[in-house]
Amino acid sequence: MTASVPRRDGLQADVVVERGDFRLEAAFTVAPGQVLAVLGPNGAGKTTLLRSLAGLGALTDGSITVGADTWDDARAGVFLPAVDRAVGLVFQDYRLFPHLSVLDNVAFSARARGAGRARARRDAAGWLARTDLEPLARNRPGVLSGGQAQRVALARALACDPRLLLLDEPLAALDARTRLEIRGELRRHLSAFAGPSILVTHDPLEAMVLADRLLVLESGRIVQEGTPTAVARRPATDYVARLVGLNLYAGTLTDRATRRVDLDTGGILYAAGHDQDADDEGATGADPTGTDMLVVLAPSAISIHTSRPDAGSPRNIWTGVVAGLELLTDRVRVAVDGSPSALVDITPAAVADLRLAPGQAVWLTAKATEVIAYADPGRAPARAPTDIPTAGGPAR
Amino acid sequence: MTVTSPVRVPPRAPRPDGGRRPDADVTSRAPWPLAVPAVVAVAFLLLPLVGLLLRASWRDLPRLLLESEASGALRLSLVTATIATVISLILGVPLAWVLARARFRGRGLLRALVTLPLVLPPVVGGVALLFALGRRGFVGQYLDQWFGLTLPFTSAGVVLAETFVAMPFLVVTVEGAFRSADLGLEEAAATLGSRPFATFRRVTLPLIAPSLIAGSVLCWARALGEFGATITFAGNLPGVTQTMPLAVYQALERDPDAAVALSLVLLVVSVAVLALLRERWLHPGATL
Repeated sequence: MTASVPRRDGLQADVVVERGDFRLEAAFTVAPGQVLAVLGPNGAGKTTLLRSLAGLGALTDGSITVGADTWDDARAGVFLPAVDRAVGLVFQDYRLFPHLSVLDNVAFSARARGAGRARARRDAAGWLARTDLEPLARNRPGVLSGGQAQRVALARALACDPRLLLLDEPLAALDARTRLEIRGELRRHLSAFAGPSILVTHDPLEAMVLADRLLVLESGRIVQEGTPTAVARRPATDYVARLVGLNLYAGTLTDRATRRVDLDTGGILYAAGHDQDADDEGATGADPTGTDMLVVLAPSAISIHTSRPDAGSPRNIWTGVVAGLELLTDRVRVAVDGSPSALVDITPAAVADLRLAPGQAVWLTAKATEVIAYADPGRAPARAPTDIPTAGGPAR
Repeated sequence: MTVTSPVRVPPRAPRPDGGRRPDADVTSRAPWPLAVPAVVAVAFLLLPLVGLLLRASWRDLPRLLLESEASGALRLSLVTATIATVISLILGVPLAWVLARARFRGRGLLRALVTLPLVLPPVVGGVALLFALGRRGFVGQYLDQWFGLTLPFTSAGVVLAETFVAMPFLVVTVEGAFRSADLGLEEAAATLGSRPFATFRRVTLPLIAPSLIAGSVLCWARALGEFGATITFAGNLPGVTQTMPLAVYQALERDPDAAVALSLVLLVVSVAVLALLRERWLHPGATL
């Protein structure tokens, strides 16, 4: 590993970590310049994944390589500790050194690698200038706001000229306004970074805005992988569907002509909808009868009625009982138990007009064109893993 | 250790009848079975010091202190206690780190053994040192034979005795600090390319600086007041091994005024130490 090696190496990870009863298993690649977001609920193994990539924990099995360098290979007995990996890690709690000034925090990696104090500080000052932190150079981290501390942590990680950039919930500790601002900056820095980046988050919006690809981790397993658009439109699990605010049902295609799907939990939906620009692997309509399907339906696409609607165009009509009402910012989300159960978004005025209350029997309708069905990637016959571009970052 | 603190009641105008407010500070009024012994304890702890101050002949103080023997003892005490503290820092800080961080079998036993001098009567420590490092001790005899080095009854012996007794204070204080230091910061340093010893020097040590200072002060104060191990191992030779506490003890027989004067000096030093450590000791719940 010499300085002349171009820093445009991709990451190849086949991570297996066992700790007690928990087993994390995730294989993926990240191209240089690409940003991969790892999305998942608490306890899914996101932080464990990040720590093994950073060299703060060893793999139980599998390997991690960046370019031609093996960082960890459990079978070959190779383990490069964090200090030798050249990773830039932005911790969720930032972990700035409280006894050093902002400038010396950013200069830390250069000093650690043997640079003189003056040179390290000059380089660090350059990084501070790039992140608008110059006025804070002499401050101690203790007096910084959350947003400022986040900026310093990012500058410190980037200043060590990393081959792999890792961000652990970078915006989680910020208030909503700062988050918006820092997210924009982060996006700029991520696209300027030439190496692979991995962003761990449980905020779907953060993942959608910042990442080129999404990897959804649940209970130590990858349950979905794809572009943010594809994941948002075709969630593979309840967790993802909830994150992106869709009703998701699993079922079986029983009639190709009418796209009738019999749902596993009871009920029938006719799914004639198309999603235009999801990465169309299996074009809608091509699935044979008997295919295991996932069906998504936006809460805003469902109508609610207090008496049986007759002579309408919607193909999907079913009954249910109001289970709960929740006021979102500008609408009310009604939870309806039935076959299938559904979340329905309506206006507060509609709630008042219909006098909706928990326990009330209602009819739900949805146009078949609003219901989108696709083959369930989790239950579909095995196919080759999605190819990931290996050269250059995708266009942003 | 929680002290129930009463809700602060805003001051009110005194009531005309001068009666006590029934709601005043119910939780902070000590019942007499606690209050009386507490007052006795305070008196017991402070009266002897008051006695010392009353007995002192302030006019003769400068003369008594500048008397050759006393000033020699003071200088010897300051020098040996300082050297003992430096040795304790050089050896004790790494030991504290090992006890706090390294994983090996018998670590608990080792900790108990190295902190033994905390509870061991110092005289026993002096006897032990004598039989280890004395002229006929199992290590001392070789020091004598091979290097012509004799430790007992020398100023170096004073330093050894003081280090033996005082180092555990430093080790215990610093070990606690290492144990509670934020490992996350050391991880961050590692990801930034800092090797373990560089991290220790640049991150861990600065972070535990307050405990390092507290431990050093404590160690120094203990070394300064050392009596039992010193007199047993190093003897009581004026100018060579007679430190302040030994001088006080000896002066008490011949010249009580000088003993009081010397004691006052040690009292002043102790008060200064207390002032240095006030952050740790004057706050309830603070531990070493």
